[in-house]
Amino acid sequence: MRSSPFALPLFALLAGGITAPAIAGTVTVTIPRLPVAEYHRPYVAIWLEPAGGGAARTIALWYETKKTGKDAGTKYLADLRAWWRKGGRSMTVPADGISGATRGPGQYTIALPAGIKPGQYVLNVEAARETGGRELVTLPLSVPNPNARGAGRSELGAVSLSAR
Amino acid sequence: MKPFAVRLLAAAALLTLPALASAHRMWLLPSGTVFSGTDAWVTIDAAVSNDLFFLDHQPMRLDGMKVWQPDGTEGRLQNGATGRYRSVFDVQLDKPGTWKVGMQMTGVLGSFTVDGVEKRVGGRGGPPRPGQSAPLTAADIPANATNVKLTETSSRNEVFLTAGAPTTTVLATTGKGLEFAPVTHPDELVAGEAAKFRFLIDGKPAPGLKVTVIPGGKRYRNEEGAMSLTTGADGVVSVTWPTAGMYWLNATATDAKTTTPRATERRMSYVTTLEVMTP
Repeated sequence: MRSSPFALPLFALLAGGITAPAIAGTVTVTIPRLPVAEYHRPYVAIWLEPAGGGAARTIALWYETKKTGKDAGTKYLADLRAWWRKGGRSMTVPADGISGATRGPGQYTIALPAGIKPGQYVLNVEAARETGGRELVTLPLSVPNPNARGAGRSELGAVSLSAR
Repeated sequence: MKPFAVRLLAAAALLTLPALASAHRMWLLPSGTVFSGTDAWVTIDAAVSNDLFFLDHQPMRLDGMKVWQPDGTEGRLQNGATGRYRSVFDVQLDKPGTWKVGMQMTGVLGSFTVDGVEKRVGGRGGPPRPGQSAPLTAADIPANATNVKLTETSSRNEVFLTAGAPTTTVLATTGKGLEFAPVTHPDELVAGEAAKFRFLIDGKPAPGLKVTVIPGGKRYRNEEGAMSLTTGADGVVSVTWPTAGMYWLNATATDAKTTTPRATERRMSYVTTLEVMTP
């Protein structure tokens, strides 16, 4: 997703006003282009965990949403094995505002929802690809004003957090 | 190579051991233990062999194999078949939660002497072969028998499978014999993290119990890689998984708390196969 030329001034306008932005920050995730013979877009889960342990909060989930019935895409959600264990297994999908279809190579920006209590957290980005690998990237962050960068080595590219 | 006489002695010693102590391991190997989606199926191999999990000896018989649904009621085993080296069957995990699949076996083994002839009680090595008579039971021991030696045996072999979020209903224990009462859910095991499992004998924590944990894939490494562990005073054993994979766990205990008349010893065994995931 590229920012439209209007986004900046609009945001500046909002920030300049009395209203605080309705988000706690943004996460930018890069899905790399991979030179493989058989490419399937990865399943991706993005979630936050309190640094001291506690319930995970899923921010985004991209999976095969078109197929239903016996071979529904939900069959492979457990392949996002860290996310599945940390809370995915007790989530109902599709989840409004959280889940959506898989995405191809590119850079995606997702808002961290407002209302996350100030404190220390760990951002988790997990990707699992059919006939491919699986990778988990974690970044520590503080709310408000998250600011961190990291990168995956195979299934994920750059992952960054910023306050807006 | 050992001298022939030594090997003969060793063979004789082996023959006198009841089936439970035999080196062959009974195992169940599920295709997975953690499932998502709305139409999850698991396929399970059931076999007896020395090396885990390689099919080179005998199939495990499916008589007595049971399925427990997450609510504790009995479920359905499907597509069961027994081949030369393994039995295989499917279970449709059509309800969310943790399922249990396995079997429990009990028996009485031993010997007695009547009219100067020693006779054996209990079958060894599976069901009688065609043309063989059924093994004698404790009830067949005549009143004039002498030198009666009887051992009660009981064993459980089971696996745990979870569709969706794990539940604990099927982990409930009965208070009879050697039982597995996991502290860490058996479908939440991760490499590098310690898991705690409690063992109970007749419903009470079993301290000092020997527990063996062996990773699968023996053929592709030199060491067997077995971990020999002992339960603490609270009956709990802690296992830290070196790598992800399927592990065979076996606990054994012997005591004298028999319920069969004239039996002097009780041997108990518990086996489960656990799947450990990467972090």
